[in-house]
Amino acid sequence: MITDFEVLETVRMFQEQHLDVRTITMGINLMDCAADTPEKSCQKIYDKITRLAKDLVKVGEEITEKYRVPIVNKRISVTPISIVAAASGAKDYTMFAKTLDRAAKECGVNFIGGFSAMVQKGYTVSDKRLIESIPEALSVTDNVCSSINLASTRSGINMDAVRDMGEIIKKTAEATKDRDALGCAKLVVFANAPEDNPFMAGAFLGPGEPECVINVGISGPGVIKAALETVKGEDLGVVAETIKKAAFKITRVGELVAREASQRLNVPFGIIDLSLAPTPAVGDSVGRILEEFGLEHCGAWGTTAALAMLNDAVKKGGTMASSFVGGLSGAFIPVSEDEGMIEVAEKGFLRLEKLEAMTCVCSVGLDMIAIPGDTPASTISGIIADEMALGTFNNKTTAVRVIPVPGKKVGDQVEFGGLLGYAPIMEVNTASSEAFIARGGRIPAPIHSMRN
Amino acid sequence: MSTEKDKNKAVITVVGCDAVGIIAKISALLAEEGVNINDITQTILDDIFTMIMLVDLKGAKSEMKALSDKLDKVGEEIGVSIRIQHTDLFYAMHRI
Repeated sequence: MITDFEVLETVRMFQEQHLDVRTITMGINLMDCAADTPEKSCQKIYDKITRLAKDLVKVGEEITEKYRVPIVNKRISVTPISIVAAASGAKDYTMFAKTLDRAAKECGVNFIGGFSAMVQKGYTVSDKRLIESIPEALSVTDNVCSSINLASTRSGINMDAVRDMGEIIKKTAEATKDRDALGCAKLVVFANAPEDNPFMAGAFLGPGEPECVINVGISGPGVIKAALETVKGEDLGVVAETIKKAAFKITRVGELVAREASQRLNVPFGIIDLSLAPTPAVGDSVGRILEEFGLEHCGAWGTTAALAMLNDAVKKGGTMASSFVGGLSGAFIPVSEDEGMIEVAEKGFLRLEKLEAMTCVCSVGLDMIAIPGDTPASTISGIIADEMALGTFNNKTTAVRVIPVPGKKVGDQVEFGGLLGYAPIMEVNTASSEAFIARGGRIPAPIHSMRN
Repeated sequence: MSTEKDKNKAVITVVGCDAVGIIAKISALLAEEGVNINDITQTILDDIFTMIMLVDLKGAKSEMKALSDKLDKVGEEIGVSIRIQHTDLFYAMHRI
C-alpha cells in the first residue's frame, strides 16, 4: 500500500509545484509522401498527418482526465522536409510549410516540427532550397518549427551552413518584425541533433526512426526546487541524491503517460525526454533551482558547477525510472521561457558569455535569447560557430536559438507570449567575426570521432 | 505489492480547515455515485485537516472527470480542496 506521506507528496507536486507532462509528441514518417510534383506531395503529407494524428489531442485529454496529470502540449514531429520534398522539383518549399501548418491546425496541435534539414557535412540541392525558404515559411505559418543540423562529432562543422544560417536568422527576424521577430523563436540550429526529440523548436523525426512513434517530454523544475528546499545547508552529495530521487518520480509520471498514450493510439512508445523544461510562470524555473544551491543569483560564479550537477543527477534519476530515455534529456536554460533567468538577465547578473559556459554542461544551448536587431549576421554566425564547436568537440548536443529583434537595443524588452515568454535584449560582444565566418568550408571532425 | 494494483481504484485526498460534516458530505456523494470506500485515514497536520481515502470505482456511475468535478463542487461548499487520482499514478511514482 502507498503511504500517506507518499500520497500527499504526489498531490503537492501537482497542486503546488506545477508538475505536468510538457509534451506528447507524435513522430510521423513522411518518406512515403515524396512525389513528382509539390502539389501531389503536399496532399500526401496532409492526408497522412491528419490520418495518424487525428486522435492525438483527444487521447491526451483522456489521459489527463484519467490520472489528473496535466499534459500541456500535444505536438507532431515529421521527417525532415528537405528529404520529403526533394523529388517534387519545387524551387521554394514554403508550400510544404503551409501544408504542415494546415495539418497541425486540423489535428489541434500547437506546434509541428520538421521543416528541417541535416547538413553537417554539406548541402544537397533540396537542403539549400529548404534553408532559403525558411524566412518566408516561418512568416506565413503559425505552428511550424524549423531546425537545421549544422554539425556533428562524426562529421565536423559545416561552416558554409553556419555562415548562411546567420543570414537566414536575420532575414527571418526581418520577415516577422511586426511580431518582434517571432519567426526566430521557431528556428533552431543544432550540433548533434537528436532524432527523437519531442521538444520544440527542434523536434523532427530522424531517418532511423519508425513509421509512427510517441515520444514524451517531461517537465518539473518546481518539484526539484521544492525537494531542494528540504535539504538547505546539507552537503552537495545530499543535494545530488535529492535531485535523483525527485527526477525518478517525475520521469515515472512521464513513462506512465507515454505508455498509456502509446496503447490508446496503437502507436509504439519511443522515448521519454528527461528535460527539466521551465515556463515563464513563477515556481517553474530552472534558474531558481540553481539559486536554491546557494547562489545569490543564477549567473554568479558557481552556476556552471551547479548546473552540471543538476543535469547529471536528473539523468541518473531518470534513467533508473525508464529504460527508454532519449531526446535532449537534461536541464533547459531558455532565457525568455524561465522567470528566474529573465530576472537575472534584466539585472545584468547573467550574460551571454556565462550562458555559453553553462551550455557546456546542460542539454541544449543558447536558447531563446533576444539580441539587438543590428547585430551583424556574421556575429550571429560566430555565436553559432562557438556553440557548434562546444557540441562537436564535447560529443554532446548543443543548439542556438537567438532572436535579433529589429529596432530593439540592449535594455529593451520583447514579448513573445505564452510558453515562449518575454525577454530583455542582451548585450552582444561587438568585435567582428566577419573575416573568420567569410572563410567558409568545413571544420574537420575532432580526433575522438574516430572510434572504429 | 503489484497485486494491490487495481485498474479501478483511486486515491481521494482532502486538505483544508476542519469543519463539521466533511466526511459525511464526501461519503454521501461517493455513495450516491456508486463509489465504494476501501480505506480512510484522517489526521490533523499543523491544524490542517488531511484525509486520504482509497476508493473502488468498479461500480461508479460517472467517469473520472465527472466525479472529479462533483468532488470539486462539494469541496467548494465545505471549503476544502479535494483531489482524486488513479492509484496507478502513485504506484508508478513511489514503487520500483
